[in-house]
Amino acid sequence: MTGALDVAKTALLVFFVAILQVTILGSIDVAGGAPDLVLVTLVAVALLRGPIFGAVAGFYAGLLVDTATLETLGLTSLVLTLAGYWIGRYGETTGRDRIQAPVLSVLVITVLYAVGGYVLRFVLGDAVSARLVLVESLLPGIIFNCLLAVPVYALCRRLLHPVEAFDRSREVRLLG
Amino acid sequence: MIDVGSRKGAGQRERNGFPRLERAPLTRTSSRGNAMVRRRLVAGVLVVLSLMLITIYFRESPAGGLHNLQSAGATVLRPFQVGAERVARPFRDVYSYFSGLVGAKSENARLRSEVVELRQLLIQSETARRENQRLRELLRYRAPSVYPGDYRPLAAAVIGHPQTQFEQEIVISAGSGAGVAVNAPVVNGDGLIGRVTDVTSGTAKVVLLTDQSSAVSALDIAPESGAAGLVQPARPGDASLLLNRVGKDERVAPGDRVVTEGSQRGELPSFYPRGIPIGVVTFVGQNDTDLYKSIQIKPYVDFGSLDSVVVLVPRRANR
Repeated sequence: MTGALDVAKTALLVFFVAILQVTILGSIDVAGGAPDLVLVTLVAVALLRGPIFGAVAGFYAGLLVDTATLETLGLTSLVLTLAGYWIGRYGETTGRDRIQAPVLSVLVITVLYAVGGYVLRFVLGDAVSARLVLVESLLPGIIFNCLLAVPVYALCRRLLHPVEAFDRSREVRLLG
Repeated sequence: MIDVGSRKGAGQRERNGFPRLERAPLTRTSSRGNAMVRRRLVAGVLVVLSLMLITIYFRESPAGGLHNLQSAGATVLRPFQVGAERVARPFRDVYSYFSGLVGAKSENARLRSEVVELRQLLIQSETARRENQRLRELLRYRAPSVYPGDYRPLAAAVIGHPQTQFEQEIVISAGSGAGVAVNAPVVNGDGLIGRVTDVTSGTAKVVLLTDQSSAVSALDIAPESGAAGLVQPARPGDASLLLNRVGKDERVAPGDRVVTEGSQRGELPSFYPRGIPIGVVTFVGQNDTDLYKSIQIKPYVDFGSLDSVVVLVPRRANR
């Protein structure tokens, strides 16, 4: 029951975050960069709920963004699915219970998301500038996203039940 | 670090007051394995599904099933986007107000001198317009579509902004239901923004002039110039434009104004009517090896802060 409730909450959260990102946050341009609330929220969800939740949330968020912006369907989904899965795995293994995990994850995934997006579009034949994407807009993007990481993670933690409660205890048990 | 694998190590930690870590019983191993298989399967299926979507989307025509599905999805999302845009607008206005105060004094002085210059130009162009009209009547000249007279302006809010630096596109809140068609020119009060490339019933995608795929036939309207060329983006993500294919014998100078040429020659007529302002020439150069001049243009439109646009819908069938 709690799981179903969390799925519904996550679906609603991701929906409104995607709308907010596409409509408002995407237009912000400070020093060439913009915050990516969808990515930050996905990282928080994946850290709290694991790789399956992260991958599905990433796929769903990508579909919403691609639909709202009339972009190539599946492009954002592909990158966000991989991001959600990878952060979910990090969250239930190395990053487990580490206080710096949200900020560190957001930092790494912002860089990987930019690189992944660049490679995908390059392969698809789009005219993209590596200097612009990987140098000029990346640093402000990282700063924006890292600033959002802690409040967004705290909000998601209040909304969703962390996965420890039912799954993580199967991996390693603390005795004594 | 806690040694999970070594019993001896775990025992030592217990003696030192740390909790002892124990491997999960063997009965759990299979469930862990199942969980691992399940999560890899889910991620794999989603990745394959994404790749399938990309492939189908690329291969099918704009009237294909996946495009129609996306169009229906965009129609469902549109009210939410419009609502969010309306909520954000007051905040955006406040931000624009305060950011506009920075440098307002110098801008005021520049605009005052521009007003004097434009007033003189207005008198000259009004005289020329009357003469032009009289000569056309004498020659019974049938003009191509003229901006803005032959077009119905359709105002629309920008409800989708570029999500990455790769995209130079926006989504607007008017679609085929309001008369918007593919290739319709899109402008604002400052000048040319781009053209419609994709339409759903309630939304449309507009490719900006700064997109690498954009190319607009344009004209330098300085009285001593009249040079025609092709306006293209300077480089990905850069707001400046280039006026290409202008011969070295043409006279172009910084400060010249560039507008759409609205060329109707050949098999590929321009999508844009004649006379839409594009920008002002900021740099002119040439070297011995190039066939053409190197001309840089600063567009009139600020592509970074678009919140509303005007789509030009033809009043009559022109093409």
